[in-house]
Amino acid sequence: MALAMMREPIETEAQQAVTPLLSVRDVTLQYQTRRQIVTATYRVSFDVRRQDRFILLGPSGCGKSTLLKGIGGFLTPVEGEISLAGKRVTGPGADRMMVFQEFDQLLPWQTVLGNVMFPMRKTGRFPRSEWRDRAMRAVEKVGLAKFADSHPHTLSGGMKQRVAIARALAMEPEILLMDEPFAALDALTRRRMQDELLELWNDIRFTLVFVTHSIQEAIVIGSRIVVLTPHPGQIRAELDATPFKQENAGSEDFMAFNRKINGMLFGEEKIAHG
Amino acid sequence: MADAVHATRGRARFKELPGRPSIEHTTLDAAAIGEIVRDVGLWQRAMAHTPLRRGLVLIALGILWEVYARFADNPLMFPSLSDTLVAWTTDISSGVLLSAVGNSVRVLLIGYGTAVLLAAVLTTLAISTRIGTDLLATLTAMFNPLPAIAILPLALLWFGLGLESLIFVIVHSVLWAVSLNAFTGFLSVSQTQRMVGRNYGLGGLRMVLSILIPAAFPSILAGLKIGWAFAWRTLIAAELVFGVSGSSAGLGWYIFQNRNALETAHVFAGLFTVIVIGLIVEGVVFRSIEAATIRRWGMQN
Repeated sequence: MALAMMREPIETEAQQAVTPLLSVRDVTLQYQTRRQIVTATYRVSFDVRRQDRFILLGPSGCGKSTLLKGIGGFLTPVEGEISLAGKRVTGPGADRMMVFQEFDQLLPWQTVLGNVMFPMRKTGRFPRSEWRDRAMRAVEKVGLAKFADSHPHTLSGGMKQRVAIARALAMEPEILLMDEPFAALDALTRRRMQDELLELWNDIRFTLVFVTHSIQEAIVIGSRIVVLTPHPGQIRAELDATPFKQENAGSEDFMAFNRKINGMLFGEEKIAHG
Repeated sequence: MADAVHATRGRARFKELPGRPSIEHTTLDAAAIGEIVRDVGLWQRAMAHTPLRRGLVLIALGILWEVYARFADNPLMFPSLSDTLVAWTTDISSGVLLSAVGNSVRVLLIGYGTAVLLAAVLTTLAISTRIGTDLLATLTAMFNPLPAIAILPLALLWFGLGLESLIFVIVHSVLWAVSLNAFTGFLSVSQTQRMVGRNYGLGGLRMVLSILIPAAFPSILAGLKIGWAFAWRTLIAAELVFGVSGSSAGLGWYIFQNRNALETAHVFAGLFTVIVIGLIVEGVVFRSIEAATIRRWGMQN
């Protein structure tokens, strides 16, 4: 309803096939610690199409977060190329809005509304007169209209993450990057946030790249899942997850799919215990 | 899950405790329980009021002073609170004290403001370039331990007896404390918040203004408070040394003069004024800044 103008024009199958929104080609990412240079991902390639709910799934150390930072432009690949809508990614930018795991991603000196307006103010993306309305609509969208004038420290963890999502969506980014956004939440809140994210997607049809280490979360949220193996991160599989929903989480197909991913991550012999 | 026995990798089989039957209770209606919320008493509410508690502490200290001074009965060495207050009101109404305060505060604000501006430049430089970091680290390590009074003779040599010398030593005493605190604050800003800023394309000065300064505000404010106290100490001390010239008749000069005249009650009145101004600045100025910023933002409890 309110954010209807965000809706992407629905493209034909053929168009989508030709132009992926985000293309990652043979990307090797390294990061430096005090002592050593670590290769986080090694020659990783995949394409994200518009409206994909694209999941990067893997255990810790598989470079999924590093990969997301690479897409966000915080890291430059030592090899390969990341491009968004045909343009090479060279640095951070507001066309790729990040939602982090940490609650402190909200600016404590801004109210909820102020936080959502902050990137608009700083990038001047929309006309000044629209800022407040756009921010308010996004805040309403995540069900926090009543808290628009509260400061973040008065909110619960789930509400903070909702604000972060609203802040990202209000910018109408080409792509939404989420780095384990629900990992610090309790199980019940987490489950509710997953449902809400899917509802939002259903409403606005944004393109999502979502990092998680939870197989269950990956299957429920994702339309497409990239399974990464660790040390260094490489793609083990790219799976279609569209048939699997929260509602059929108990079904035989869902369980089999879950076991399959489990097997890819931990080796076939451990399946029974996973 | 129904199975009580799970297997764990490479270790003994995990044995679950024997199950016990589930129990369900019915909860009482809230109305049946009666009083759930109760207002706290007047005394507790009064005691939760910080200014009131602090005021009580002040009054207690005042009473202690008065009692001891009367007991000691030596107005030359230790005048009582009432004597001090009399001297204070006399000098306030005659305007002597007010003009001294005016002079001191003016010098203080000029020196303090200059120092804060310099600190802003220095820390911005330090946060954006590596050589700036080294510069700040070296300068603060060198000059922070150096008492302002120690460079006063040098200041007198360079700038003569006057405003410039006073401002120079105040800047020296404030600059390093404020810079060091602000820089430490900048360094402790969370990586996530920096990335949030960079995500929106912020960098350089815009990053400092929109993200780093508010995020580091608790440290910056602590630095400003320390700097304020340092400025006062330095100013009063410098004016005491200056005393003889009397070119800028500030509070230090007022104290010095009255000590020479053995008007101890007036010396106390001068000190009392410094304390009162300190209390006002701490209790009103800094407290309201805190309330409007870091406390409102939940960065301080």
